Amino acid sequence: MNLPKKAILVLEDGRAFRGESFGADGESFGEMVFNTSMSGYQEILTDPSYAGQIVCMTYPLIGNYGVNEEDSESRRPWVEGFVVREASRIASNWRSTETLDSYLKRYKIVGIERIDTRALVRHIRSKGAMRAAISSIDLNEKSLLERVLNSPEMQNRELASAVTTDESFEYESKGDEKFHVVCFDFGVKTNSLREFAGLNCRLTVVPSDTSAEAVLKMKPDGIFLSNGPGDPSAMKTVVEEIKRLAESNVPMFGICLGHQVLAQSFGGETYKLLFGHRGGNQPIKDLASGKIEIAAHNHGFAVDAKSLPAEIEITHVNLNDETVAGIKHKTLPIFSVQYHPESAPGPHDSEYLFQRFIELMEENRQ
Amino acid sequence: MPKRTDIHKILIIGSGPIVIGQACEFDYSGTQACRALKQEGFEVVLVNSNPATIMTDPEIADRTYVEPLTVETVSAIIEKEKPDALLPTVGGQTALNLSVELYEQEILEKHNVKLIGANVESIKIGEDRELFKKAMDEIGIPTAKGGFAHSWEEAEKIVETTGYPAIIRPSFTLGGTGGGTAFNPEEFEEIAKGGLAASPVSQILVEESILGWKEYELEVMRDLNDNVVIICSIENFDPMGVHTGDSITVAPAQTLTDVEYQRLRDMSIACIRRVGVETGGSNIQFAVNPENGEVRIIEMNPRVSRSSALASKATGFPIAKIAAKLAVGYTLDEIPNDITKKTPASFEPTIDYVVTKIPKWAFEKFPGAEDVLGTQMKSVGEVMAIGRTFKESLFKGLRSLEAVKPLRLEDVPDHVLQRKLARPNSQRFSYITYALNNGYSIEEIYRLTKIDRWFLEQLDEVMQLQKLIEDKKLIDISPEILRHAKEFALSDRRIAFLTNSTEKEVRARRKDLNITPVYKRVDTCGAEFESFTPYLYSTYEEECEAEPSERKKIVILGSGPNRIGQGIEFDYCCCHASFALQDANFETIMVNCNPETVSTDYDTSDRLYFEPLTFEDVMNIIDVEKPDGVIVQFGGQTPLNLADKLHAAGVPIIGTSPDSIDLAEDRKRFGALLEDLKIPSPENGTAVSIEEAIAIAEKIGYPIIVRPSYVLGGRAMAIVYDEQSLDEYMRSAVDASPEKPILIDKFLERAAEIDVDALADASGCVIAGIQEHIEEAGIHSGDSSSVLPAQKIAEEHLETIRHYTRLLAKSLKVKGLMNIQFAVKDDRVYVLEVNPRASRTVPFVAKATGVPIAKIASLVMADVKSLKDFNLPENLSVPKIFVKSPVFPFKKFAGVDPILGPEMHSTGEVMGAGETFGEAYGKAMEGAGIELPMSGAAFLSVNDSDKGQAVILARRLNKLGFDLVATYGTSKRLTEVGLNCETVFKVNEGRPNIVDLIKQGETSLIINTPLGKTSHYDEQAIRKAALQFNVPCVTTITGAEALIEAIATKKSQARVTVRSLQEIHKSGKSLIVNSQR
Repeated sequence: MNLPKKAILVLEDGRAFRGESFGADGESFGEMVFNTSMSGYQEILTDPSYAGQIVCMTYPLIGNYGVNEEDSESRRPWVEGFVVREASRIASNWRSTETLDSYLKRYKIVGIERIDTRALVRHIRSKGAMRAAISSIDLNEKSLLERVLNSPEMQNRELASAVTTDESFEYESKGDEKFHVVCFDFGVKTNSLREFAGLNCRLTVVPSDTSAEAVLKMKPDGIFLSNGPGDPSAMKTVVEEIKRLAESNVPMFGICLGHQVLAQSFGGETYKLLFGHRGGNQPIKDLASGKIEIAAHNHGFAVDAKSLPAEIEITHVNLNDETVAGIKHKTLPIFSVQYHPESAPGPHDSEYLFQRFIELMEENRQ
Repeated sequence: MPKRTDIHKILIIGSGPIVIGQACEFDYSGTQACRALKQEGFEVVLVNSNPATIMTDPEIADRTYVEPLTVETVSAIIEKEKPDALLPTVGGQTALNLSVELYEQEILEKHNVKLIGANVESIKIGEDRELFKKAMDEIGIPTAKGGFAHSWEEAEKIVETTGYPAIIRPSFTLGGTGGGTAFNPEEFEEIAKGGLAASPVSQILVEESILGWKEYELEVMRDLNDNVVIICSIENFDPMGVHTGDSITVAPAQTLTDVEYQRLRDMSIACIRRVGVETGGSNIQFAVNPENGEVRIIEMNPRVSRSSALASKATGFPIAKIAAKLAVGYTLDEIPNDITKKTPASFEPTIDYVVTKIPKWAFEKFPGAEDVLGTQMKSVGEVMAIGRTFKESLFKGLRSLEAVKPLRLEDVPDHVLQRKLARPNSQRFSYITYALNNGYSIEEIYRLTKIDRWFLEQLDEVMQLQKLIEDKKLIDISPEILRHAKEFALSDRRIAFLTNSTEKEVRARRKDLNITPVYKRVDTCGAEFESFTPYLYSTYEEECEAEPSERKKIVILGSGPNRIGQGIEFDYCCCHASFALQDANFETIMVNCNPETVSTDYDTSDRLYFEPLTFEDVMNIIDVEKPDGVIVQFGGQTPLNLADKLHAAGVPIIGTSPDSIDLAEDRKRFGALLEDLKIPSPENGTAVSIEEAIAIAEKIGYPIIVRPSYVLGGRAMAIVYDEQSLDEYMRSAVDASPEKPILIDKFLERAAEIDVDALADASGCVIAGIQEHIEEAGIHSGDSSSVLPAQKIAEEHLETIRHYTRLLAKSLKVKGLMNIQFAVKDDRVYVLEVNPRASRTVPFVAKATGVPIAKIASLVMADVKSLKDFNLPENLSVPKIFVKSPVFPFKKFAGVDPILGPEMHSTGEVMGAGETFGEAYGKAMEGAGIELPMSGAAFLSVNDSDKGQAVILARRLNKLGFDLVATYGTSKRLTEVGLNCETVFKVNEGRPNIVDLIKQGETSLIINTPLGKTSHYDEQAIRKAALQFNVPCVTTITGAEALIEAIATKKSQARVTVRSLQEIHKSGKSLIVNSQR
């Protein structure tokens, strides 16, 4: 048994954890957050919403089923760093093509394992998400902390432009095309595209800075505002464009960052949650039906209910903390949710929202 | 949706006695359900025949009927209580089946009782595999290929479509009784026919083999608003082919990607909706092909199950309690999560640790039964362990099993090893580690076992680490490696073994190096929210969340996994200690590792440590908690065995002192004490060799009882009649050595046996119950029926018994409970054994007397009050006659002779109460599943010394309307006295013989006392046939007398009388204040 290489995790408030290095060797900085999903690490690693963040999985054993060719949510992993209690040495699953360790090495993602991840999570839970660094090259807490304090904060950080597609592209409908949807790529996950494609939609995925005018020129049946990373309040220009699109009467559907952008375009405000919601077990109540859906979440900011204008109605709430989980416009064909109906990873309870958007597009046509 | 207002009174059916496949998990679920409903303001009526449960404590329900779980009795209860609703889903398969029968016999309709929690249709779809298959086809969820057969001819046809190996599962049997896997037509015929016979509806499922597929379980809950959540996913370490009750299982699922897990989740939700379970929990099992991910749904249980108890303990989500609330109309979002307090129950628990459940088997108690695991459950108990890694939880679990003698394999030939790996058995784990240590690759082991490579890799990592330690000096092991070893949950003992040091040295070394565990909380949410319940497990990490309080506190050590001889009775005692001490303002801290129990519910005690019960693990807790007292006397032998070491380590053990415990257990010291007190005991001796044993036997004279010292449940205990048998016993059954001597006692043939439970302290002694065994001496006390008050013991002997009890209590300075076994022979009272601890019969005595003796004992032990302060009479009395009867697992072990002897075999017990002995005994028999025969042919075959009494019995049977059948000798005697008796052949005399008669269904009762060696084969054949065809078979004259008395009583009664414990003890003095629990 070779003794593995050491690594260290330092938080901006000075708390440090010493463990072992896995994945790539090196150093990385980001906002320290945690995710409570017990499965789906591949999807999490490749979710662009995690850009700028170091992710700790609360489930201690990660990598058991390896990494496969089908479950990535974008072209590459986006997390800045990955923190687990124990990374599996082997991959055991019929679809797996490599181990987590080799995957992270390939994409130069720095990881740390064998630390008390529960202690880390409890710290973040009470002190809030904060800046952090993982290093396997500088094991000195002090010097690393210094550099953590010099790294950018998540608040006011615009990141969608960093992860969005360089150029717009088409994503074909699976069956006969019935609708054309323009998707603002703030960091879209492939499964959103798959969901639309499976419902006879052709998508045009456009960069986050695409103008309203350009979008309308494409004559979309609907506009989809995707999830994505960063502080939504730092996206003023995008908000302006969306405001214009809202007035166009084209049905619009936003999720996560897209929901926050949409809310802002009607004058709503967002705020940073203490440590956010990241996991696949959050209870969402649909206020119209009274039914509960278990939903995948990944957000550090939320829409302030008090800031919403009268024409916006709250449709869904998160029962854990009563935060706004879904809104709709009272007269316009517009709605959005804070969570992830596309799941991947997570439960499929909220998939119906895609269907709801299809119905909206259908009605709007008539 | 708020709770229903159209119902006020709810009947709950419990699961009856502990049997293989249905154990104390249903006490846990039933207790939770009763409490939850009572809390909601419903009047709760409970029926359960098992007195050893917490649920049958009089304060848990409003009306508690400890009565047989039969249609007749429950109908009488319904008639009397007129409940508005029946909750059938918390009492296992027993309650579910009984509820369906009540429905089908239109009893529910007649009395206007609504079923809540599950409707009959969904119960049927869930339980009837044929309907289930059809329902799953409808919603496109694949089931295994195959079909249902109601006859051998149909079965033959189906097996043509499935091919071999084929799986046979009989419908409506517990723990898969009568099922199996057939690899060829010959095996198929045997198993299929057996299965058809075992199924109460003569139906078997014949299916394609999905042996070796991965097995998963999901625990699902649904409410009236159609909200569905998954509480827990479970992955079986053992692949398909081993009953899930016999598999090592792990939560959460380890080797599924999210895509694959979500597919199972979607199927589970579709399944519970289609089956139509309106509210409550269900368990759904899946098989997944490891080569391509193909899925088959195996089955769904539309009720709370063993797995849901495990899932509750594994996640902190109390499934049964929530299920009960959902059944009365609440929705999940209206119920708060107890642990986080702030968030609702409408979520899916996420965990940040790994839970491993490991079954505990008892093959050693059933010589003749093959140690092979299949689709029929054979384990008698289980442990659960929590760790931050699979390695940690697995190895903690292994040490929780308390394996007396770990299998140390040496030089196993390849062909044996390969067979042992390929055929699942109770020791397979040892063979896997042996293979890993002997050059087998993970791939090779996978090929043989089909255990997922990931699990094997985990084992291999531990084996690799062990190699780093092995044969090194303790001091030479780096702190880093030592910490690693502890992270992998290698015990101090194991490390000591590997480094040739002692456990004490390892412990000291690791404390020097600051390598001590921390405690983490089970919180349902992966630390996302704060947890308010101290439900803790140990791990070797940085941050400790134990946060011990400054209160006065008592640690209660539980009894570990259920096993034959140590089961739910001890859990009952531990819970009672906790309840009483909480009421007396102590903080109570429970330590246990059995997921089935009430004691491991997070709200039974103030704090719960879900930990192995070893010296190491207990000491670690004590170091953190620093308790004012530790109770070792309520959890059976498990904690008692730790008493000395804990005491030596300075742990404050309360109650009877460890020295007194030793005095009672040490043969020599105890013998001297008895001599001093002039209390007779059977002559005895201790042998460390064959020669010595023979010499002792000659001195005291045959027959003798022999057994190894310090064993549980009469393990390897035997009655020996001559030197040759003694020689055989010494050579084969045990390996005697100076460390493990053999105890030899004179066997008092035909003596009456008596069990006494008493309370004592310096202020006095209260005799709680003098129980007379129905079966005579020679049958383990746990396997004998007993009656309270004693029926046939002369008053002068009772007085002697009381006197001896008081004398012994005083001399042993008992503080708390004690149990003494006496024998009366030829007008002389002998002491057989003294146990200065809570015994198996404590709950029975408490329920019969109406006095909570375990609670009183714990208050006395903690110096809250002296015994005198309770103002109890010196001898407690009982308002009725109470009988306790055992139930046996023989049906699960093909090839085993179901005979009773000095080694205990029963898994559970029932209680019957009545105005007369006959009524009480009859109820106990019915509770134990023996239908009292009312007519037909009674078969008698007795040994010569029993012939006189046989005549009396035969006359009585004749008068009761039974025809008499007997073998030649007995028949001759009966005819001589003028009785009309048919003579039948013994098995070796020709045909048709008695076994044929039993098989033809022409015998309704068998009385067969052992005739000695010559007719051994004959008797065994009779017993086996009786077992198979459900004919009551009595092997003692006293037992036969009791049974006939019960039949006579039943015949004289127009209808069954039911009485709740609350009525029985109505006049009773509630001696200590009952808590709200």
